[in-house]
Amino acid sequence: MSFSQLDQLYRRVIMDHYKNPRNKGTIDADGKLTVNMNNPTCGDRVELHMIVEDNKIKDAKFLGEGCSISLSSASMMTEAIKGLTVEEALHMSELFSRMVQGKDYHEEGVDFGDIGALQGVAKFPARIKCATLPWKAMEKLFLNERNAD
Amino acid sequence: MDVKAVRKHFPILDQKVNGHPLVYLDSAATSQKPDVVIEAMDSYYRKINANIHRGVHTLGSLATDAYEEAREKVRRFINAGSTEEVIFTRGTTTSLNTVAYSYARAFLKEGDEIVITPMEHHANLIPWQQAAKATGATLKYIPLQKDGTIDLEDVRKTVTERTKIVAMAHVSNVLGTINPVKEVAAIAHEKGAVMVVDGAQSAPHMKVDVRALDVDFYAFSSHKMIGPTGIGVLYGKKALLEKMEPFETGGEMIDVVDLYESTWKQLPWKFEAGTMPIAEAIGLAAAIDFLEQIGLEAIHDHEIRLANYALERLSAIDGLEIYGPRKRVGLITFNLKGVHAHDVATALDNLGIAVRAGHHCAQPLMKWLCVPATARASFYVYNTEEDVDRLYEGLLKTKEFFADVL
Repeated sequence: MSFSQLDQLYRRVIMDHYKNPRNKGTIDADGKLTVNMNNPTCGDRVELHMIVEDNKIKDAKFLGEGCSISLSSASMMTEAIKGLTVEEALHMSELFSRMVQGKDYHEEGVDFGDIGALQGVAKFPARIKCATLPWKAMEKLFLNERNAD
Repeated sequence: MDVKAVRKHFPILDQKVNGHPLVYLDSAATSQKPDVVIEAMDSYYRKINANIHRGVHTLGSLATDAYEEAREKVRRFINAGSTEEVIFTRGTTTSLNTVAYSYARAFLKEGDEIVITPMEHHANLIPWQQAAKATGATLKYIPLQKDGTIDLEDVRKTVTERTKIVAMAHVSNVLGTINPVKEVAAIAHEKGAVMVVDGAQSAPHMKVDVRALDVDFYAFSSHKMIGPTGIGVLYGKKALLEKMEPFETGGEMIDVVDLYESTWKQLPWKFEAGTMPIAEAIGLAAAIDFLEQIGLEAIHDHEIRLANYALERLSAIDGLEIYGPRKRVGLITFNLKGVHAHDVATALDNLGIAVRAGHHCAQPLMKWLCVPATARASFYVYNTEEDVDRLYEGLLKTKEFFADVL
């Protein structure tokens, strides 16, 4: 009895982000944006904090409770979106969704960095929602912001 | 009990998942179906499909007879006094909502109390939260002991003269605790309250006698007891059901319909609006036959044996925490230290072992346990000691895998 494809999901870089999450914490500065998102079917939870200035993401942090896939995804996402415009970040979220569903996601000029390690999720359909949770949280944050304006 | 012979009736178990023979340990979520249930439903659709209680044609009579025979089978299964007290619903959730709407919302008022426990499945929690909000009644909780049981002394303290409803799971879907519903019902009755029991996790696994338990309402689902999805049962005492208004109205549940007023059919049809899940009722009847042929006591003993064997084996795994009392039904909820339950479930699935991971629709209980999620292995009539061995080996491998990558 042995694992056939488990290491395609739990890559080293993913487990490293899970064990040593980047940007874990809260932002206390004025003008910070926050959002909470749950995955009600499994109980995973992500809280995002962001500073957006002139439509650019200056800082992003997260707190969360969940599995290695959702939390490593949050860690990688906060790294990747810093410095992007809101539109760029939303576009990246779209590409990310494509990637974890096993669709073509490559696009010139978009740097996925460590995030590419999560493409193994595509072979584990039950875990797609874990991977997309922080990204959906980010989308919700921007949507709330737009509606508030 | 000859498990090998039983397993032959469950075609789904004979397959490989992710390259390994399937070990299905998620029956508390939904059970697998034996060939006799699948065939009974197939045969209904092939030979006698027609709407019930309506037409005068032959198929209509045959279908009606089969549907009402299923009700009689359910009546015997739980030892209800009459088929008037056996209502078919969509499942446990709808059964409990029927009581929450047609009984609680109709008869409770401000100052009244509804008493439940923190170990309830959301289906036996949210309907009461909503009923309390709608009526101004207060929702109260019987506290849990450290091992996840309830103490009758606490029940006596929590249930007061103002309590109108006590609702409780017969068996916890997370901890496996068997609650003393008979004793709790006696306390509820002393104070003038009605006793509502969520039997989703008990009816499939033990002999239930609603009259011996003397409960007022008892709800359960077919799909957790080797029957089809889409049908469940609400047992209610006749006197209570008679004073309740229907939860749903529409076709077939009526007596006389005028432009501005209507009257209802007698029990149990008053509570069965629209076309009911006929094939499912017939499937449920076949499931009851199958379970009774083996014997509910034999099934219960088999599961307890498996749970004890699993407790013994799994306790030997360093870093594995098991939740719930020692005395329990055939389910084990656990966490592997340092590894999230989802990751454990994914790893086990990769070895062909199906377990549940998450909050098991019992978020308040997860908070009480101070864990965001747990994994759960649940056993039924078709599980074997080899299944437990596979789970044990799978957990060792999972532990090893994550120790390596973490």
